[in-house]
Amino acid sequence: MTTRITVDPVTRIEGHLRIDVEVDEGKVVKSWSSGQMWRGIEKILIGRDPREAWTYTQRFCGVCTTVHAITSVRAVENALQLEVPVNAQLVRNIIQTAHAIQDHIVHFYHLSAVDWVDVVSALSADPKAASKLAESLSDWSLNGVHEMKAVQERLKTFVGSGQLGPFASGYWGHPAMKLPPEVNLLAVAHYMQALDVQNYANKIVAVLGGKSPHIQNVAVGGVSNSISHDAPSVLNIERLMLIKGFIDKLEPFIKSAYMTDVPAIGAFYLDWTGYGGGVTNYLSVPDCPQDTKGTKFDLVGGYVDNGDLASYKPISSFNDPYFRKGVAESSKHSWYEGSETLHPFKGETEPQYTDFQDDGKYSWVKAPTFYGKRCEVGPLANVMVSVAAGDERYKKYLDQAVGTIKAVSQNPDIPLAAMNSTIGRHAARAIRCAVMIDTLRDQWQKLVDNIGTGDLDTFNRPEFPKGTIEGVGFHEAPRGTLSHWVVIEDGKIKNYQAVVPSTWNAGPRDEDGQIGPYESSLMDNPVADAEKPLEVLRTVHSFDPCIACAIHMVDTEENEIVTVKAL
Amino acid sequence: MSILDINQPSDKTSVLIIGMGNVLMQDEGIGVRATEELECRYHIPQDVEIMDGGTTGTELFGPMKGRKHLIIADGINASSPPGTLIILKDDQVPAFFQTKISNHQLGVSDLLALLQVSGDQPEHVTIVGMVPHSLENKLGLSQEAEAGLDEMVLMLVRELETLGFEIKKRTEPLIGYWANQAMLEERDECA
Repeated sequence: MTTRITVDPVTRIEGHLRIDVEVDEGKVVKSWSSGQMWRGIEKILIGRDPREAWTYTQRFCGVCTTVHAITSVRAVENALQLEVPVNAQLVRNIIQTAHAIQDHIVHFYHLSAVDWVDVVSALSADPKAASKLAESLSDWSLNGVHEMKAVQERLKTFVGSGQLGPFASGYWGHPAMKLPPEVNLLAVAHYMQALDVQNYANKIVAVLGGKSPHIQNVAVGGVSNSISHDAPSVLNIERLMLIKGFIDKLEPFIKSAYMTDVPAIGAFYLDWTGYGGGVTNYLSVPDCPQDTKGTKFDLVGGYVDNGDLASYKPISSFNDPYFRKGVAESSKHSWYEGSETLHPFKGETEPQYTDFQDDGKYSWVKAPTFYGKRCEVGPLANVMVSVAAGDERYKKYLDQAVGTIKAVSQNPDIPLAAMNSTIGRHAARAIRCAVMIDTLRDQWQKLVDNIGTGDLDTFNRPEFPKGTIEGVGFHEAPRGTLSHWVVIEDGKIKNYQAVVPSTWNAGPRDEDGQIGPYESSLMDNPVADAEKPLEVLRTVHSFDPCIACAIHMVDTEENEIVTVKAL
Repeated sequence: MSILDINQPSDKTSVLIIGMGNVLMQDEGIGVRATEELECRYHIPQDVEIMDGGTTGTELFGPMKGRKHLIIADGINASSPPGTLIILKDDQVPAFFQTKISNHQLGVSDLLALLQVSGDQPEHVTIVGMVPHSLENKLGLSQEAEAGLDEMVLMLVRELETLGFEIKKRTEPLIGYWANQAMLEERDECA
């Protein structure tokens, strides 16, 4: 007999995602991913000044503000074929890399660790044993017994006052929770430390961006930071050194704590390298442009088909037709008019709501394809594509993560295919974060060196021609490939479409009935208790879900916000 | 918007006012619009920092840490009619949502709880909120929200005055970025 489970919403603040699964004999046999909110936010942009679009797009989403700002100006610059000064590229690269680091740390420790870590169990841990274990795994400086004791005491007081706050959402004591109390305590200690660490990344964004969370320094044609060797109110050596100080503080946590915690926790959940694989077609775009035209990049991009690294095809410039021509979106199973698969320049967002129809329309999210294939985007895709392209930095940290999993699990046989999984997605995010901190340092050095040559340019003024022009801007954002597609007529926006990472991953069935990455990853997942579908959440959360439209309100009534229906 | 303001974030001031909400969804953005008006209409004392929080989460943890007073302007879900203004103080702030599953993204209430765990919670928290009327995909506020905006700004001013600050009106009020964009939107709609 099959049981139908509906989890709605899976995410709270940044959107409304509903997941339905049919479970037979303890395993998922059918799945549906549904965006529950109308997303017509791009329509606001029609008729507006393309130079101001980025101030709007960075309000699309509460989690990924800066990424939409940078991608928007890239789209308009692409339409104009406008070159961007090297200093401006580097300033943007530093901002986006710092943002990626912040996002990855927060996703693991604050948004998804509670799917694996039993916070309540940490109360019964022996702090000495926790500290000893931690110090055997890495040289992170805040693993001492004093730290473990202090965090346990504070947690005890907090829980003792009858509150669980952000921990209230966990399934404490669920049979699928497998970490020993000491590992749980260690993870909680790093959870608290990570709150302070992520703030250093925000400070980098704030120093360059003028403000955080919403940066102010982006402009079509460059950045508005002026560079000077000595003037106090602009980007000078003092500010650059301030940024370096924050990089120095981020690096040890990422390399010694994050890069150890994920594989170590993963080693206790080795069975989860067998679930959650998904479509295994991976798409990632190149990023951190190094020249004014966007033809040389520090980070590679491309496409890997069916998990086969030998199939790698590169995407090599902001103008590469391989990317521009390959993207299309189907709304056959989405609540929009028409069922034709359309290129984003021709994209339409006219709503046509029906009920949730298993075989018909059931989502506000469209289904994107790349040359007809469903693709996973995000850190796992980024790592697979970069390794396929031969990037040594990714290979190094992949080897390190796999080495830790082998050592802790005492299992010598961890194949690369284990990455195509729920745990693999978390490991990939940690690996990418380690590459990002090296990239951040590198981009910082390049900016310092470039300024040292006497180049102080940061901005090329855009001029809009009469007539119609089209452009695409892309960015390898924390959640994966993000692209903005703009059509400009006589200097005003005529059409604007954002194909966001969560659209790639959360999309419903497409024109040919192919299931999307979330849906595919849930197939064969075990579900021990239909009333507490922790396993479903583990797999969906591993993607870092975010439906790009943010609702944020305080609820004065104590409404049950989440419903789980097991039918 | 002051586009060249790249001053590094100042050292901790005693009061932080955060405007929360999504300005692209009408009344959802009332918190951001109210704090923008506050800055445009009044001289803000040095010891008060105003922040546009939008719909972000963990980015606000660092800024919230160790403040004496935290004031949040936001839209509030309540059973009162649209446009109703609500003030919640300290214990009334619903810091602990009753959720069982959702653990994606941390809201302000979660951050307040975490500040309590780390021992860095603000001494006092005030939420100045308005019940929204319309959440369409546009900038302009609904008539109901527009009608309450002035009073919402005054509530923020009074809150600062009870904390002992002297709040002076600007002789020439400034026009905020989002207020201006909303005016442009309205002009386009009429055209």
